[in-house]
Amino acid sequence: MPAFISFLTITEFTIFGLPEDISNLIFMVLGAAIFCGVSAVMALLGVYLERKISAKMQDRLGPMEVGSHGILQTLADAVKLLLKEDIVPAAADKTLHFIAPVMIFAATLAAFAVLQFSEGIVFSDLNVGIFYIIAISSFVVIAIILAGWSSNNKWSLLGGMRAAAQIVSFEIPASLAVMVVVMSVGSLNLGDIIDAQEGSMFSWMIFRFFPFNFIAFIVFFVASLAELNRAPFDMPEAESEIVAGFATEYSGFKWSCFFLAEYANMFLVSVVITTLFLGGWRSPFGDFLNSQPFQLFWLLSKAFVIIFIQMWLRWTLPRVRVDQLMYTSWKVLTPFAFVAMIGVGLLMIL
Amino acid sequence: MLLNFATVLVFLVAGAFFVGMNLVISRLLQTRNPHPVKLTTYECGEIAEGHSWVQFNIRFYVIALIFLIFEVEIVFLFPWATIFKELGAFAFVEMMIFVFILLVGLAYVWGKGDLEWEKPNIVPDARVKPVSEQKTNKEQIAAV
Amino acid sequence: MNIPFYDILFYVFAALIVSSAAVMVFSRNVIYSAVGLLFAFFGVAAIYVLLGADFVAVAQILIYVGGILVLLIFGVMLSQKVTSVDIKNGAVQIVPAILVVGGVLFILIRVLLSTPWGAASGRNIQDVDLTAAVEPTTQQIGRLLMTEYLIPFEIVSVLLLGALIGAAFIARKDA
Repeated sequence: MPAFISFLTITEFTIFGLPEDISNLIFMVLGAAIFCGVSAVMALLGVYLERKISAKMQDRLGPMEVGSHGILQTLADAVKLLLKEDIVPAAADKTLHFIAPVMIFAATLAAFAVLQFSEGIVFSDLNVGIFYIIAISSFVVIAIILAGWSSNNKWSLLGGMRAAAQIVSFEIPASLAVMVVVMSVGSLNLGDIIDAQEGSMFSWMIFRFFPFNFIAFIVFFVASLAELNRAPFDMPEAESEIVAGFATEYSGFKWSCFFLAEYANMFLVSVVITTLFLGGWRSPFGDFLNSQPFQLFWLLSKAFVIIFIQMWLRWTLPRVRVDQLMYTSWKVLTPFAFVAMIGVGLLMIL
Repeated sequence: MLLNFATVLVFLVAGAFFVGMNLVISRLLQTRNPHPVKLTTYECGEIAEGHSWVQFNIRFYVIALIFLIFEVEIVFLFPWATIFKELGAFAFVEMMIFVFILLVGLAYVWGKGDLEWEKPNIVPDARVKPVSEQKTNKEQIAAV
Repeated sequence: MNIPFYDILFYVFAALIVSSAAVMVFSRNVIYSAVGLLFAFFGVAAIYVLLGADFVAVAQILIYVGGILVLLIFGVMLSQKVTSVDIKNGAVQIVPAILVVGGVLFILIRVLLSTPWGAASGRNIQDVDLTAAVEPTTQQIGRLLMTEYLIPFEIVSVLLLGALIGAAFIARKDA
């Protein structure tokens, strides 16, 4: 079995007359289906939260009609998008136009495989866990470039190239910030990283080797905002400037794939930040309230705090210009990340 | 370990399948009203002019190049970071030599202006007074 | 029912690599070639996984797909000549080309046939326990880099510095 779920006795179910290979395969497919559901739910929830939070921050109500307090609004939107006509411009490259949303969603879903949601519950306990998550985002870059190019539209192409340049520039400080955590732990495995943060809140990575790990946390948080193409770094999707950027010529379900992937990615990044810096599923009170169901609760609540901060920043800060964006990544975040890394190294050997 | 990667492969395939399935459902449920105007390239209501491949800024290429070099450096840094705890000061000095040589590279590229993007050319508008000379809201209301 | 998953996966990925390479070489549209290259890189990473080299596989994806392919696509977009690329370059004569390619093919087939593939490792693939934990390679790579391969490691940094300065210089001159 690739993972063991300790509070559900699933062992009897899977060896239920079937050979082990097939039952493993069924287990994996089930996991993939669960995460497809999770990303769909995250997208629905994320869009609803975003609209409500932005509404409250702008002193208005947000969606209120559909369902009580607008809770079914995004479901209605999703159904609408499924029913919309899929218009592929005559000048566009049909094959690549189709491949791009498929690739972006598949890559985001594949990254969910390594996350640990509770003690021992992980679908794929890779030894190169965090390194793998960084690598899988390179598929997202290629998918965005293909989306921009295949639409055969100046705005799409420009949006796609800018998005690629942005994600690529911010990957360096993000990877360096991750390196800081890996140095403290000595392993790339997400499970080992969470195990190293055992104890109360003060043994979380963010509070160790002060101030260098905190700098790394800030660097990783800002860099991940840029990787998600979220404000204040949402130049590629800049609605008021280049229409919808690389997604201009996409309609119906293909368009919603990009935004499904964006919100799923947001959830993924929040869980990664929680795992690396905030102790993952560990309770802040040490052993108190640290049993399995509570662990899931702690993980989700920490992840949602990070998501709330991401949304808060979007509706507070103005958009950053392209040259300011490059300046931020190469001349501010990268030097800070190097300083954090060298600092932690020095603190560890002294 | 192979089983873990197999899970990853299954997730990739399942993701592609999920999107494909939804596209098929969408294809069955959607309205189909093809019209030549709908199939034209979008340019905010105007007719698209010129080739869609504009001559690109070489900066995209330079940034990708610099990124690649630093990415290779990061790939070398990761295995070191995993055993840094065991090996101690000696490994630290060795890696600092490596990082320092590449920081020289970063400094060079920074100094030569390869990391610059085009700055917008902000021409001050003669009709607008500079900020220090403008009245605040309260002052304007008091003046009325 | 013992389905040889390992063999099936190997042949699937080998077929993926060969067909993507064919698309890459024979396509007239450079972006299609780039997508073919993407799948070829992905297939190679999968083969690395099947061989137990997990760090190398993920590094392959990170550098080749995330770095080199992005660089190539940016370069292609700068060149503006994307579709209807003529594969045949008229500059080279046919006869010397056939001789050189034939020579290389001959050498490759000789090497292919004379390598003792399965027997050299001394184990039968059916006996390999696929669910057993393969040792993590990352720590071993790190240890080797710091001890046995230290000099090449430091030279690599100088090489990277040279590549960075040279490429930035050339790109700047073209602008």
